[in-house]
This record gives sequence, C-alpha cells and structure tokens, in this order.
Amino acid sequence: MSVLVVIECANGEVKKSSLEAASYGSKVATSLGTSATAVAIGDVQADALTSLGEQGITKVLLDNDSRLHNFVPAAYVKVIAKAAASENSSVIVLSNSNIGAAIGSRLAVQLSASLATNVVALPEISGSAFTVRRGVFSGKAFSDVELTADKKIIAVKKNAVEIETAAGATATVENFSADLADADFTGAPKETIKQSGDILLTEADLVVSGGRGLKGPENWHLIEELAKTLGAATACSKPVADIGWRPHHEHVGQTGITVSPNLYIAVGISGAIQHLAGVNSSKVIVVINKDPEAPFFKAADYGIVGDALEVVPKLIEAAKAL
Amino acid sequence: MKILVCISNVPDTTTKITFSPDGKAFNTGGVQFVINPYDEYALTRAIELKEAQGGTVTVLNVGEADTEPNIRKALAIGADDAIRVNVKPTDAFLVAQQIAHVAKEGAYDLILMGRESIDYNGFQVHGMVGELLGIPTIAPAIKLDVNGSTATLEREIEGGKEIIEVSLPLVASAQQPMTEPRIPNMRGIMTARTKPLQVLEPVGQDAKTSVQKYELPPAKSGVKMIDAENAGELIKLLRNEAKVL
Ligand SMILES: Cc1cc2nc3c(=O)[nH]c(=O)nc-3n(C[C@H](O)[C@H](O)[C@H](O)COP(=O)(O)OP(=O)(O)OC[C@H]3O[C@@H](n4cnc5c(N)ncnc54)[C@H](O)[C@@H]3O)c2cc1C
Repeated sequence: MSVLVVIECANGEVKKSSLEAASYGSKVATSLGTSATAVAIGDVQADALTSLGEQGITKVLLDNDSRLHNFVPAAYVKVIAKAAASENSSVIVLSNSNIGAAIGSRLAVQLSASLATNVVALPEISGSAFTVRRGVFSGKAFSDVELTADKKIIAVKKNAVEIETAAGATATVENFSADLADADFTGAPKETIKQSGDILLTEADLVVSGGRGLKGPENWHLIEELAKTLGAATACSKPVADIGWRPHHEHVGQTGITVSPNLYIAVGISGAIQHLAGVNSSKVIVVINKDPEAPFFKAADYGIVGDALEVVPKLIEAAKAL
Repeated sequence: MKILVCISNVPDTTTKITFSPDGKAFNTGGVQFVINPYDEYALTRAIELKEAQGGTVTVLNVGEADTEPNIRKALAIGADDAIRVNVKPTDAFLVAQQIAHVAKEGAYDLILMGRESIDYNGFQVHGMVGELLGIPTIAPAIKLDVNGSTATLEREIEGGKEIIEVSLPLVASAQQPMTEPRIPNMRGIMTARTKPLQVLEPVGQDAKTSVQKYELPPAKSGVKMIDAENAGELIKLLRNEAKVL
C-alpha cells in the first residue's frame, strides 16, 4: 500500500497545483501509515523534483520519454498505471486540472478504482470507510462522498490545500519507463498554441475581472493595468466574451472557467448566479459596481459603490504605491 | 455519420440549492430541470454536423422517467431519435457504463457530451466512456470538425489550446465556444412528439462512490464597504487585513 501523486510540469517546473497535490498526498500517506511517491512525466528539471521532498514526497519516478512532452492521455495513463502497480499504490492523487481529469477518469476504469474530482479537503478515514469532500452544484454546495472501491483516485481542487514546505527535505529521483509503443500516442496533438505572455487564469492566485459595466473594449486597459500592477490574471463575464470584447478563454462562470484564486476583483459585473458559480470559491472577493443593489455585493468581502472608470485608476495608483 | 449525444438533466442554473434537514438529499421541490448547459453545445454541434454532412443524431439520457421533457426538448432542437436508460444516475461510473454499452451496440462514430454536469461537476464520464470503449477522448473540446473518417478538434489546455487530428470513432466533451446553442422552434416542438424514444433497462449498476451527505458553505460574514473617494484604502486592506497582496 502506498500513495502515488501525479506531478504536472510546465516549462521545466512543477506546477503549483501539483505542489498542492503532493502536500495532500503525503498527508494522506501519513494517516495511512505509509509513504508518498510521485510520478512526473516529461520535461522537468531534476532539482524541481528533488525539492518535492519539502512537500513530503520521498521518491519521484520520472519518465522523460520525449514523446511525452505533449499531453497524450492514453500514454500518460499507461505510465501512471505502471507506476501505481510498481509502487502498489492504493491511493492516487492528481490535480483537478484538464489533464488530471483526463487521466483520472481513464485510470479509474483501468484500475476499477473510485474517483472523486474537485476535492476540497483531506479524507476522513474511519475503519474501511474513506470519505472525501468535494464541491458540487457549481460551487454552491459540498458533498461528502465515500470511495467504496479498494483503489481510490482523488483530484484536488486548486487552492483548496496549503502547500507544505519542510525546508531542506529532498526526494530521490529515479528514471522510469513504461516502454510505450507508437500506438499509445494516438490522439497526440498536431500543434500546441500557447496563450501568450501574461499570467494564466487557471494558475493565478489573483484575478482582476471585468464585466459589461466597463462599457467597451477601449476601457480594458484599466483592468489590464490593475492586473499587471498586482501580478494578477485578467478575466471577464460571459457577455463580454460573447460580444467579442475579450477572448473566450477569459470567460469565467458556470459555462466558462471555474477559478478559485486568493483574490477575485470583479469590476462592473452584476454578479448573476451563473457568474458566481465560477468564482464563489475564491478566498476574498472584491466588488466594484456603480449600483449599490448589484447582487454581487452579497457574495463580496469588500465592496466599493462607484463608477469603474473613476475607481480603478485610484486602485492602480494605490497598488503602484505599495 | 452516426452521432450519439449524451444529455443530463440538471437543476436550472438559477436554482437556489437546498437539502433535506439530514443533508442526505437535494430538495427537488419547485426546481426546474433543464438540459445541462454544456451538453447543449454538444447537441447543437452534432445537429450542425448532421445538417452539413448527413447522418443521424441520437440523444441518450441515463435517468428516470422525469427526464423525458428534456429529452423531448433535445428532439425538438433537432435530434432524430432518443434513448433513455432507466436508472437513477447516482455515480459517474454507473452512467459511463450505460453510455458505453449503448455506444457499442449502436456502433456510433462520434459520442459527444458536455465537459461536466453543473450539478455533480464530475468531469469524468467522457474519459470513462472512452476508456470503456478503447477509443480516444478529447476533453474539453472547444472546436470540432469532421472530414470523412477524420475529426479535427481543438482541446483547451491550461494556458492554451491544442489541435488534434484523430480517426473516428471518438468521444469528445464540449464547451464554449464550440457553437451557439439553439432553442427549439414551433415546428421542432411539433415533430418532436412523434420522434422515437426508446427506454432501455440498465446493463449493471456498479457504482464506485456513494454520497453520504450534502452541505452548504458557511454564509459570508458580510461585506465591508469602502468609500469610492478613498478607493485606494482597499489596496491597503487587502494587504494588511485580508493578507492577499
Ligand atoms: C445557462 C446560462 C449560463 C451562463 N453562464 C455564464 C457564465 O459562465 N459566466 C457569466 O459571467 N455569465 C453567465 N451567464 C450570464 C449571466 O446570467 C449574466 O447575464 C452575466 O454574468 C452578466 O454579465 P455582466 O455582469 O458583465 O453584465 P450586466 O448584467 O450587464 O451587468 C453589468 C454590471 O455593471 C454595472 N455597471 C454598469 N456601468 C458601470 C460603471 N461605469 N462602473 C461600475 N459598474 C457599472 C451594472 O450596475 C451591472 O451590475 C449565463 C447565463 C445563462 C442563462
């Protein structure tokens, strides 16, 4: 029995969401009286993996087959299933990302495992009962789900767990190979288009978001400048993406991206329930709206009633002075 | 081309979510159920492909009889026929098993669904179906075109997108901006009544998870208002009080 954590890497680094998964996995290992191993795939610096020791990982299996530098679900799943078999893992921890979800669902079928996605807390383990809490109803509620199969796969929601940092602890890194065949690479991407430059919305700790209250794309420089000053990603409401003021990948909400940053600043957004569904698990919500009755104020921690075009420049000024 | 579109029946997006006092059940009283919004992208794209290239669109719902109004709505939007697998969808694996069985029996070329349902937010059924059928799953797909036996898709990844070319059959889960969902017109509503809706019994009820309890998040402690004149004060509060900057 052991715990296996799947590590996602980007640009040679371990993603922050994977540091959270590693911290989660090693805590689960401790409560099960076992150790946590990680499996990392693709292009990553060895020291980035060694330092996973700080999150409680003892050993990292690295498969650096160059064909794996792009995500190919079937191939990744094969590597992870093989690592799980060699480590005799009964619990597998992933990030609740697009990659994590694609891996988790395939792996669950292959291993006849229970799968819980969108998990927000450590499991309750009592006797043979193993229960996790997950977000449901688009963030409007939680459900406690018992994972009834012998093997359990958990996808941890971003920002739901603290990252452990036991300074100086190191993990050993071992090369690992799943002897992949060309057939395992069916569905490999022909081309990858990276979103340019700025901070990624899905990875961001701080988000500045604009709605129809911004009046038009010509005012978006205010959102961008505030975001840039704070080191935040930019986002928008659905109508803003639908009209074409902003690209669709910035649209957050029920039908767009779900975010759970530490800080979400909503400027000129009414706070319709479908928008809230994508942002209501943010730790701190700030709302700027000229209408004191805007429903978003009910979900906010801090609010300013005022015209975005006047308030945001003041915020930029104050942020620059920090 | 034979297309299977899986739709789930979910509470309307504006529903205020409440549970029974023991937290065991979601209160459905007075709740309006709709086709899962993400599934509408899959359904509309399937109908567009059929209109352009010929073929059939079958809608599939795993659920009890109360989902039939939304199945009829999918038929009104333009699907040709429908299948309902008569079982309460309590677990993603249970649902995936039913879908995979229907997909295999019907030899569908394309199996489409939404990226996740807005009630259980599992984001798992598509991958499970692909694995059960041994075919690729592209999730979440933001674009889908088919040319002969090859599909070209755009898949959203964290921080960008990928372009993927893959042979049919395949499973794809849809999300915006794949297409603009359609609403049924009068003619569609009339013809939907006469389209076939087949009810099948489940092939197994092998669930791997069990919901113990639901809970609402704690209420926010209230909003702290800052005067617009002193807006800069907010930045200080975010640093010193909320400690998020
Ligand atoms: C099935 C379904 C799914 C949906 N999914 C999503 C989703 O994923 N994400 C999403 O965002 N929406 C979604 N919506 C749409 C949602 O219901 C709202 O229509 C949308 O969120 C409103 O966007 P908004 O607040 O930017 O615009 P509006 O509703 O137009 O509100 C603009 C706000 O800006 C304020 N304002 C105006 N001028 C100023 C100013 N100068 N300064 C400050 N404030 C100002 C106004 O008081 C108002 O509150 C969905 C709807 C449906 C039916």
